[in-house]
Amino acid sequence: MTTRWIRPCLVLLLVLVAAVWPTGSSVLAQGKGTVKVATQSPLSGGQAALGEGIKLGTQLAVEKLKGKLEKDGYKVELVPFDDQAKPDVGVANAKNIIADKDIMVVIGHLNSGVAIPSSEVYREVNLAMISPANTNEKITDRAYPNVNRVCGRDDVQGPVGAEFAATVLKVKSVAIVHDKTTYGQGVAEAFKNDVEKKGVKILAFEGTEEKSNFDPILTPIKAKNPDLLYFGGIYDQGAPFFKQAHEKGIKAKFLGPDGLDSSDLVKIAGKAVVGMYYTTAAAPASSPQAKQFAEEYKKKFGKNPEPYAAESYVATDIALRAIDSVVAGGKAPTRDAVTAAIRKVKYSGMTGAIDFDDKGDPKKASYYVMQVSSDDPNKWAENKEAKRLAIAAPPLKK
Amino acid sequence: MDLQILVGIFPQVLLDGVSLGFMYALIALGYTMVYGVLEFINFAHSEIFIAGAFVGVEILLGLKSAGVLEHLPWVVLLLLVLLAAMLVSGLLAVLIERVAYRPLRAAPRLIPLISAIGVSFFLQDLIRLFESIWRNAFNLVYPTIDPLTVRFEITSTIDVPLKTLVVIVAALVMLFALQFIVKRTKLGKAIRAVAEDQPTASLMGVNVNRIISITFLIGGAMGGAAGVLFGVQYGLINPYTGFIPGLKAFTAAVLGGIGNIPGAMVGGLVLGVLEAFAASYLSLLTGGAFGAEYKDIFAFSILIVILIFRPRGLLGEIVRERT
Repeated sequence: MTTRWIRPCLVLLLVLVAAVWPTGSSVLAQGKGTVKVATQSPLSGGQAALGEGIKLGTQLAVEKLKGKLEKDGYKVELVPFDDQAKPDVGVANAKNIIADKDIMVVIGHLNSGVAIPSSEVYREVNLAMISPANTNEKITDRAYPNVNRVCGRDDVQGPVGAEFAATVLKVKSVAIVHDKTTYGQGVAEAFKNDVEKKGVKILAFEGTEEKSNFDPILTPIKAKNPDLLYFGGIYDQGAPFFKQAHEKGIKAKFLGPDGLDSSDLVKIAGKAVVGMYYTTAAAPASSPQAKQFAEEYKKKFGKNPEPYAAESYVATDIALRAIDSVVAGGKAPTRDAVTAAIRKVKYSGMTGAIDFDDKGDPKKASYYVMQVSSDDPNKWAENKEAKRLAIAAPPLKK
Repeated sequence: MDLQILVGIFPQVLLDGVSLGFMYALIALGYTMVYGVLEFINFAHSEIFIAGAFVGVEILLGLKSAGVLEHLPWVVLLLLVLLAAMLVSGLLAVLIERVAYRPLRAAPRLIPLISAIGVSFFLQDLIRLFESIWRNAFNLVYPTIDPLTVRFEITSTIDVPLKTLVVIVAALVMLFALQFIVKRTKLGKAIRAVAEDQPTASLMGVNVNRIISITFLIGGAMGGAAGVLFGVQYGLINPYTGFIPGLKAFTAAVLGGIGNIPGAMVGGLVLGVLEAFAASYLSLLTGGAFGAEYKDIFAFSILIVILIFRPRGLLGEIVRERT
């Protein structure tokens, strides 16, 4: 009877040894352990173009800049998560992330509505998040020690758009439509409040979750004949919106926030959006460093970097510098130490100088107004810069 | 000023609503025909619909990259795409029936319903998988057919795009053709016989399984055609686009009296027009207190009221047993 069990037990033992052996040996070879950088962004679905840019920008940074940590004996790994642009998926991923003790920092998200609940989870364990793209003011206005961003804020971005509309485009009236998300509605309201103060008449302010048929919203807007049409939202909804507005013969100028800043906007809307303006907190690829980044990105991944890929690179760079500084003291990195170190990094790179204030905003962020110059998606990076402003983040409202 | 706008846009909103309504009507036919024959809701129909849209966009993109898109007259182009989408969607519906519903025909009615929901999820992700491998894309854009973008301007606030007219005409032609088939041909008589009483129909020499397959073929083909028209009209599709129009079309079918073909058309039109008016007028009438975002709540509230007073739907009583 006993002999029947011996063979399976031996096999099981062998399998176990085989499973444990390689990891055991590599830990020995690497020395002190593994440092993981997680990304969270939509890798599938309608916003995957921007979400993939965040992942690839981070990947490029990790591969290029991990040398110092490896010299110190740490293995550096990237772990990408797909939040599907959905808050529930983001939170579920966040729980997995905090369970993996090697993850020292999260680069993400794309959507403010996903970043806010997910960062509540990171906060439980004081895990640092550096956002390349979330512009909603609530991200940092909670003043969490672990939440940072390298981009601007909607309560500045909205007014930047309003300023541009009132003083450069000199419009007298505007119709505003938003997508009812934390991000889209937030930036649309910031735009509305400011443009109203500047004496521009608001002819319509509508929210919609519709993704294909905008006729019933556009018909009254066309009858009111505004000078400007503003869409607060993301390109997968904004592109068909502006396309249908154009087809309907609405003569207004088009303006939107950084959610429209993606080559997919012209891929979907084509000629309809050529000449339209958008505000963004993503630096255009005009500086020599940004051009060099774009070239390396293209060489490695075979496509042009999407907006916020560069910001993701910068965010990762900051994170790795913070981890370096912790390790340099001879200590193994901990989440608390990394989170504290990120706030101390004084960074200067392709998107300008970044050092964080005490709520995690960059002390001074740049905002750009861009104009779409071509209906060829490959020429998105050649969009013209219409205006650039460097504005300090507003202090925390008490 | 406001009153002027209210009156001025009325015809345009009506037109928007009617074209949307015909789209719903075409999709609703798939639900209503299957219900008429099997008394079961084919929830996979929204994916059969969007599969038609994908067939259309693939053909148009193929023709575009071959460089012949601009040289074909738009009528030929549209007919070609419509027929191909109808064929694929019709066959897909037949296949779904054969694989997922026929083995369950003797089971309690909830069982094929669950099966239908499963097929729906399966098809969504199958399309998504296929498109991400084949085109590395999630959103697909219908190539613009230039002659179809012509607009006939009537006043400064009203204009009629050619493609909206095409949608309406195509939908009308198909609805009348279908009504003719069901009411005036031998095949239609067989479909009605199976709807009324399957065992008796088979005793009279009707091949029930074949007739059910044909019902799925026709319903699926209508859904496929609606998919192409949807793509041409609104321009952007993704694998999950079918869900909401599918749900609304199902509502339209119930509103019109499920199992009833003219009912599907009436239900679709009522729902489309209600939705368009709600979206356009709510914020104008309430001074911005209720915006376009409440359009579905408004439209569906009215539907509930209608169904309270006519639980079998607008045309339900007359032909319920006959399809």
